Amino acid sequence: MSELRTQAEEVREQFSEHLELDVDDVERRLRTLVEDYKVPLDEARRSVVNHYLDEAGIGRESLASGANDAVALADIDAPDRWVDVTAKVVELWEPRSDSIDQVGLLGDASGTLKFTKWAKSDLPTLDEGGVYRLGNVVTDEYEGRFSVKLNRTTTIEALDEDLEVGDNEVDVEGALVDIQSGSGLIKRCPMEDCTRVLQNGRCAEHGEVEGEFDLRIKGVLDDGLEVYEVLFDKAGTESLTGITIEEAKEMAMDALDTTVVADEMRDLVLGRYYRVSGPTFNRYVLADDVEEITAAPDPAAVLIKARSM
Amino acid sequence: MSTTPTREVARRVLASEFNDASYTFKESDDERAPVYLLLPTGAAANRVFVVGTLTETEDVGSDSEYWRGRVVDPTGTFFVYAGQYQPEAAGVLRELEPPAYVAVTGKPRTYETDDGTVNVSIRPEAITVVDEAVRDRWVVEAAERTLDRLATFDDETNEYARMAREQYDPDPATYRQVVITALEDVEDAEAVAPVE
Repeated sequence: MSELRTQAEEVREQFSEHLELDVDDVERRLRTLVEDYKVPLDEARRSVVNHYLDEAGIGRESLASGANDAVALADIDAPDRWVDVTAKVVELWEPRSDSIDQVGLLGDASGTLKFTKWAKSDLPTLDEGGVYRLGNVVTDEYEGRFSVKLNRTTTIEALDEDLEVGDNEVDVEGALVDIQSGSGLIKRCPMEDCTRVLQNGRCAEHGEVEGEFDLRIKGVLDDGLEVYEVLFDKAGTESLTGITIEEAKEMAMDALDTTVVADEMRDLVLGRYYRVSGPTFNRYVLADDVEEITAAPDPAAVLIKARSM
Repeated sequence: MSTTPTREVARRVLASEFNDASYTFKESDDERAPVYLLLPTGAAANRVFVVGTLTETEDVGSDSEYWRGRVVDPTGTFFVYAGQYQPEAAGVLRELEPPAYVAVTGKPRTYETDDGTVNVSIRPEAITVVDEAVRDRWVVEAAERTLDRLATFDDETNEYARMAREQYDPDPATYRQVVITALEDVEDAEAVAPVE
């Protein structure tokens, strides 16, 4: 069943106590918004629901629990939305403030997302590993990262089931248009559990230390429509540039300067097309797999399109 | 929408269309708000990524070095200017021996001449030497993105197309022809390429 159809049936279900909706009609309204007017699906659904609310002459609160959109965690891409999620508590973290009752990571098939539960909301305790249906949580954003906040009105229903948690794996391609500072041959703090990158031989936590060399690239893939920030670790950097950490150290030694490594890497990879896959972490794609796109493009297919317009 | 400043996407635009653009605008009153070049097919470009043949370089500066490079695609020429504030890019233009395929990421800049015409150029963030396969891929990609813009040009919700109509009154057929020219160039080159 198509996504639009599923959403249309859910909308019909939501209104079942108020209106006899024709699911084809609902789907048609959604389709017009999504396909003709490029409205994101969740926004389209909101708009269609509003239309039927008007028609029924009722308020949003009259709809049963389905009044919010039940969303997948990975689809949360805007702050201040009221949504329902069904998710597993993957991790609980130590709250850093008394105002926070619980904080941690929720997961569903689409990926993971941070959640915060305020002490003043007076909600039941969530268990690590438990699966819950959380009604009426509100989305939030900080520096491009999204989270959900549980609040006084949130409903928590423990479900007796397990949930497979996805790892936000993505597959992106585009031209590598930038290599950001902090890339190339770097030194990390050798202290246990500290991998901070040193600035002028200093660790922000441990001060002056004898650093350990590492390779990394913070790059930007751009397909002309979207920008993807990609993090290449040592193996990824070696595979992307063909420069091993030993060779990088030699280059730096010869030049008495580590920045020559990043410069050389820029020359080798900027402006070329790559396909990268890996999990996402905050705003980064962690490159597990990288491959240069060298196949000849197919002008014929695009030509046909151009001539038929 | 997100309030975090996000990195601007690098638009794909063929030289012929790029050089027809002249109107720049900001989307907020903030002094540091990004400046966009309005493309005639209806898109806002704060950054572009182009690949072509570097055919000429010249130091046109008077007091300090100011390098101009001509980067040619099948539809026209991009002018790339790099001075003391773009030392890496200026270095590449100084050292490179044309002709060479280059990839350029940079910001569109406009400049009004004494006779009132507006010239548009690229202030490079990075210039690297690439091979013919990258150049061909870019031409096809830029053609495809241009078609995408043309396909939504008449949509009522397309705000940039509305702006383009006001500023340029473009004929979409012109740009469709530009796309065809670019693609035929790649197709012909492939047709005569030696079989390996």
